[in-house]
Amino acid sequence: MTTLHTFKLASTTALALCTGLSPAFAQMTEIGAGEGALSIVAWAGYVERGETDKAFDWVTKFEASSGCKVSVKTANTSDEMVALMNEGGFDLVTASGDASLRLVAGGKVQEINKDLIPSWSTIDPRLQDAPWHTVGGKHYGVPYMWGPNVLMYNTEVFKEAPTSWNVVFEKMDLPDGKSNEGRVQAYDGPIHIADAAQYLMFHKPELGITSPYELNEDQYKAALDLLRTQRTLVSRYWHDAFIQIDDFKNEGVVASGSWPFQVNLLKADNVPVASTIPQEGATGWADTTMLHVDAAHPNCAYMWFEHQLSSNLQSDLSVWFGAVPSVPAACTDKRGMQTAEGCDANGLKDFDRIRFWTTPVSNCAQGDGACVPYYRWVSDYIGVIGGR
Amino acid sequence: MTASPAILPERGPGDRLTALFWRRPRLLLALLLGPPLIWLGVVYLGSLLALLLQSFYSIDEFSGVVKEEFTLKTYAELFRAQNLDIILRTLLMSAAVTLGCAIIAFPIAYYAARFAKGRWKAVFYLGVMLPLWSSYLVKVYAWKLILAKEGIVTWVAEHIGAGVILNAVLALPGIGGNSLSTAPLGTFLVFVYVWLPYMILPMQAALERVPTTMLEASADLGASRSQTFRTVILPLALPGVVAGSIFTFSLTMGDYIIPQIIGTSARFIGLAVYQFQGTAGNLPLAAAFAVVPIVIMLVYLAIAKRMGAFDAL
Repeated sequence: MTTLHTFKLASTTALALCTGLSPAFAQMTEIGAGEGALSIVAWAGYVERGETDKAFDWVTKFEASSGCKVSVKTANTSDEMVALMNEGGFDLVTASGDASLRLVAGGKVQEINKDLIPSWSTIDPRLQDAPWHTVGGKHYGVPYMWGPNVLMYNTEVFKEAPTSWNVVFEKMDLPDGKSNEGRVQAYDGPIHIADAAQYLMFHKPELGITSPYELNEDQYKAALDLLRTQRTLVSRYWHDAFIQIDDFKNEGVVASGSWPFQVNLLKADNVPVASTIPQEGATGWADTTMLHVDAAHPNCAYMWFEHQLSSNLQSDLSVWFGAVPSVPAACTDKRGMQTAEGCDANGLKDFDRIRFWTTPVSNCAQGDGACVPYYRWVSDYIGVIGGR
Repeated sequence: MTASPAILPERGPGDRLTALFWRRPRLLLALLLGPPLIWLGVVYLGSLLALLLQSFYSIDEFSGVVKEEFTLKTYAELFRAQNLDIILRTLLMSAAVTLGCAIIAFPIAYYAARFAKGRWKAVFYLGVMLPLWSSYLVKVYAWKLILAKEGIVTWVAEHIGAGVILNAVLALPGIGGNSLSTAPLGTFLVFVYVWLPYMILPMQAALERVPTTMLEASADLGASRSQTFRTVILPLALPGVVAGSIFTFSLTMGDYIIPQIIGTSARFIGLAVYQFQGTAGNLPLAAAFAVVPIVIMLVYLAIAKRMGAFDAL
């Protein structure tokens, strides 16, 4: 134990020395010459250089014009991203809303000087000051992509799009006359509690839910009760996009919360599915590229910011991933493969009905310590899936 | 011609080193054993101890940050209803899988050890080992398709008129579900399939060591076939059965991929550890969960030892 303590003491001292000695990093004021390299922590499929599919490449041209060799470290969860950025050694991260604020609070990312990014003004105005990357009026990132969690349904069972999420939350007969038991799915992640809360927000206004990510004990309990009903309807929860695709093909699943990614792949495979955002609205994700506070290649990073907004990236990535560009013009100006119809299919028109993922914390708008924090969401959702 | 001296002069550092080792044989031993022992001690046991240490920390209720103070709070959390469920569920599944594997593996191992000769023996070994050479994930995904509602099992059952039986089995509470691939029964089947070779091989090794003379003696003394089986073969083969069961039991207990793909999504210990350390950032609880299989396996090994499973070692 003593050795461990000595070790800890030594490492904290070393850490303190490092932070003490490094100059406080102010935001950049001008972009110099590229440093020749750029390392990005990204979701799988987010930074493609034509190796998976020749048609999808938004790195090669950037490398040629900027001279910055791009290296990518893929991460599978938001927590992995936070851990990698805490470790350091990376320049950029494509953080979702449930990671971005943690990075800002932890002092791991630096303020962005948007004046150095000529295309900043082309970003969807609704995203420019979004609360998941803007803190106290300071910008800590450049919007990358966003998308909704849609309700996917089988068009042979539903001749018309379902108007409510109740098909996955309450026991009922579907339009083909058979019960929905065993024929619907739900997301196998604690953040799905927010979907239940959003449903209650619409149907039980007396609970007074104002945000599905800020729930007090009573509201939280109501959401869990709803999810317990859902457990009796769901045979298996989905966590992997390809398993859900398989379940829609082979397991007789006809309705589920999903991503446009799966909808597009199933449609391409001629499976009769479509997606909708029902009357209650939907949850969604919005990712932001953020710059590490000790980034070794800040000039290349700023070149990437501009590239990310102005090149074919926004357009092609939105096709590739089933997402919506943060630059609306990318849908129509033919810089890539995306079209206006494609953007609408991926959720562009429904922006106002989407509540974007944020990490639930105990200190919320209802007061300090009034809300149920995320780690309890995790253990309780495990209980619900286990039949508790 | 001059007489060569009894002791040759040293020709270089190599000779000096050899001489040193010759004079102090323990030094050589220490040098040879050192690296593997350091590996075992530091990398293997050290990481295990670090894990154990984590499980005595707790997570701060408000911020979700790990508090590095020793407490038993995290272990108390294991006894919450939903966590006990996970432990019990995993234990039951491991026991069932072990039993299922033993029942299926015994006749196969017995045949291979006693009757298979020459080419058939090779075929047997290949048959048992072949599934181990293909990717574990591919096998599990293949089983997902086989067991799906619109998969081949359901299809065959319906065409031979056994659809009613399949549905009756699936309607059973506790093991049934909407289809085999979403039922606990399906999880069980896939576990049995995946771990079966680990049961067959040690069993076969043990059965091969049972001398035929003993069986003949047993028959000469008038024992019936079932008596011979119960009183001679089974006790002598027990170490093999126990060795196999240690594999199937511990492998099932730690697996987190099969229950993720096949079954009702209800958590098993491995899956819970994966989720708590990953998405929840609750490392102490994940560590406490990881200690559970270790404790269970220690108890299991103690029982196996008492049954005389290691007497042959």
